[in-house]
Amino acid sequence: MTNTDWPLWEVFVRSRRGLSHTHAGSLHAPDAELALRNARDLYTRRGEGVSLWVVPSAAITASSPDEKDPFFEPAADKPYRHPTFYEIPEGVQHL
Amino acid sequence: MTAPTASTAPVAALALGDDALVLSHRLGEWAGHAPVLEEEVALANIALDLLGQARLLLSMAGDEDELAYLREERAFRNVQLVEQPNGDFAHTIARQLYFSTYQRLLYGQLAAGDTEFAGLAAKAVKEVAYHQDHAEQWTLRLGDGTADSHERMQRACTALWRFTGEMFQPVEGLDGVDWEGLRAVWRKSVEGVLGRATLTVPEGPQSGAWTAGAGRQGLHTEPFGRMLAEMQHLHRSHPGASW
Repeated sequence: MTNTDWPLWEVFVRSRRGLSHTHAGSLHAPDAELALRNARDLYTRRGEGVSLWVVPSAAITASSPDEKDPFFEPAADKPYRHPTFYEIPEGVQHL
Repeated sequence: MTAPTASTAPVAALALGDDALVLSHRLGEWAGHAPVLEEEVALANIALDLLGQARLLLSMAGDEDELAYLREERAFRNVQLVEQPNGDFAHTIARQLYFSTYQRLLYGQLAAGDTEFAGLAAKAVKEVAYHQDHAEQWTLRLGDGTADSHERMQRACTALWRFTGEMFQPVEGLDGVDWEGLRAVWRKSVEGVLGRATLTVPEGPQSGAWTAGAGRQGLHTEPFGRMLAEMQHLHRSHPGASW
């Protein structure tokens, strides 16, 4: 197999109605239409999904691993941000 | 263990089953050789769809393994188009475009009819619609792509054209299929795709002395024998072997 200069695409699959699209993986394709078809063949052939998104990987802005501490560390020791000090009314589920 | 002869097996199930089986094997030959990994999976996926159809169809005609692995070349009833070698990627796509368009239209008619194939066709036509879409997408991109891809795609469409007329020979047992109507719609559909792909519809007759087409009668082209030898040798070397 030869290398190609096809761009990379990120694939998001919605597994069921009511759930959000979840990142499933990535693939190469020459354009969006074929990326969608490749995604169908690679990620939904065993009945995994009801909807697909493909996004050019280049269009994604990601947080940098170098910034992990300034980004995420400060959240760890602030328990008052979690809604754990409320009494949950009866009958409320999935809170 | 004797292989059933063609004369005792339902003709239509063999014709449709052999089309699916042989094309499935040809597409399977791309495994490990496709231009890119994603396309290899796509072709293998189509091959598996066709293999599933072949199993159902051949089971209607007899024992699927005996029919697939123990028949001689002349007992196969597939059209010659599907046995043509993969060639370059453009040849594979042209073969896919011609055959999947035909299969989709034929299965559409069968699904609406009342033969024993109606149920199977209704399920398979959705698979085949995807095969046709895949072939169409690639025909558009190769035909309307680079000068090289255009030339290769045109060459492939022209080379395989002479095998297309055979698909519209009436098959015994498929009563109620409008073969001439099928041919007309097929032609319009293929012409539409080729036109949008900036390709020229090949000239030359689809039927007559200069065209190919006796696969349904058991006459096959030279590469088919080698393909069968590869497909059948394991079963013939180890009869009855299983996983």
